[in-house]
Amino acid sequence: MTAVVVTGLGVTAPNGLGVQDYWEATLAGKSGIGRITRFDPAQYPARLAGEIPGFVAEEHLPSRLLPQTDRMTRLALVAADWALEDAGIRPRDLPEFGMGVVTASSSGGFEFGQGELQALWSRGSQYVSAYQSFAWFYAVNSGQISIRHGMKGPSSVVVSDQAGGLDAVAQARRQIRKGTGLVVSGAVDASICPWGWVAQLAAQGLTTSDEPSRAYLPFDEAADGYVPGEGGALLVMESEETARSRGARIYGEVAGYAATFDPKPGSGRPPALRRAIELALDDAGVAADAVDVVFADAAADPELDRIEAAALTAVFGPAAVPVTAPKTMTGRLYSGAAPLDLAAAFLAIRDGVIPPTVHVSPSPEHNLDLVTDRPREARIRTALVVARGHGGFNSAAVVRALS
Amino acid sequence: MDKHEFTLDDLKRILIEGAGAEESVDLDGDILDEDFEHLGYESLALLETGGRIEREYGIVLDDDVLTESNTPRALIDAVNSQLGETASAA
Repeated sequence: MTAVVVTGLGVTAPNGLGVQDYWEATLAGKSGIGRITRFDPAQYPARLAGEIPGFVAEEHLPSRLLPQTDRMTRLALVAADWALEDAGIRPRDLPEFGMGVVTASSSGGFEFGQGELQALWSRGSQYVSAYQSFAWFYAVNSGQISIRHGMKGPSSVVVSDQAGGLDAVAQARRQIRKGTGLVVSGAVDASICPWGWVAQLAAQGLTTSDEPSRAYLPFDEAADGYVPGEGGALLVMESEETARSRGARIYGEVAGYAATFDPKPGSGRPPALRRAIELALDDAGVAADAVDVVFADAAADPELDRIEAAALTAVFGPAAVPVTAPKTMTGRLYSGAAPLDLAAAFLAIRDGVIPPTVHVSPSPEHNLDLVTDRPREARIRTALVVARGHGGFNSAAVVRALS
Repeated sequence: MDKHEFTLDDLKRILIEGAGAEESVDLDGDILDEDFEHLGYESLALLETGGRIEREYGIVLDDDVLTESNTPRALIDAVNSQLGETASAA
């Protein structure tokens, strides 16, 4: 079957804007987690987040787009611009129906929606922006990227919380295999505003810690919840043939993917994460021992950590594969998390280095070879990225270097 | 707000506040008879603009005013005619 490759990356992360900033910060173990500054978090039980500092939308986007976009869309538009530039793609030169956009979203544009709801209840319906009709919507990042670049091919959105970031890339791969020349895929989420925050609190799982270096500790005995963040990554995907024919730099292949859904709680049946990993490896046609690194979902909930560690040790053997969670430096980015991990995996392949998991002392109970504190040099050809979504979504993707 | 004339400058200000401006378009040029679509404003931008005019000038525009006023001149005339009716009713 047609190999689908990634030729461009665009990153907006709490610890770096742009691929280079993000990767340097990540290898240096620089965290973007801190006390929330976008609103006063004092009255909320959770007060830490991975915020993106220094993003000024006006510097990147035309004024026409500003009144109609939530922060997540502005970040996504800029990440898409960067990914296309990185891929050496000028969309105007390509057939418009041969380019698609498939993103994931977990919450839509909460900050924009909050502003319009405030206008509605405080001033009346006349004061609600006409753009609220779509600015909040899950599919809006796909739509705005599509409009900005004239990409009229297959476009869609996947909503499956954190797993969606991989599910979108898998859908992009399907569309390319069906003949679409190029798909911009991945995800950016951002809802660090009071309304978005209470929604995240309601879903539970957030840490109440106030100490950034002790807050998000997956696979640690002290794990007590996660820190949410904003951002993510967009990827330019093409068939290997297309990429080679235009002489593009290729980061690697999206070689395998699978998604499973957990059984109903209380059913007595096992969690389905292990099955997702096994199916993704099968899909890629690689044996477990060919995987050089795993980018973990890293929920930092004791039970979810146990489930993930058990799945990894069942598939790979105890401490048999290096595991890392650079998201300990960004917080969990919801749908943006896995595309950012995919970007990190491709950069790890390029540079022969595994980015670290920070602040974590791995519990021996989990039996993982967790790469902590410092990056680890290693020859990396194949990487596994795991992403789970609230409510039972499990997705896994295998990426590898092209030979 | 009690205003009795709606000008091109008022319209430009409201367009920019509500919908921004296309980079390739010079709103300070001769735009009175340009199509809104050529100026970079689609129907939603006009809906937003209409809403802002209504709340700022305290008038209600008929639904078809926005769909039928394809140019700044047509919209300005429609708003002024509505302002005139509101003033004579008062």
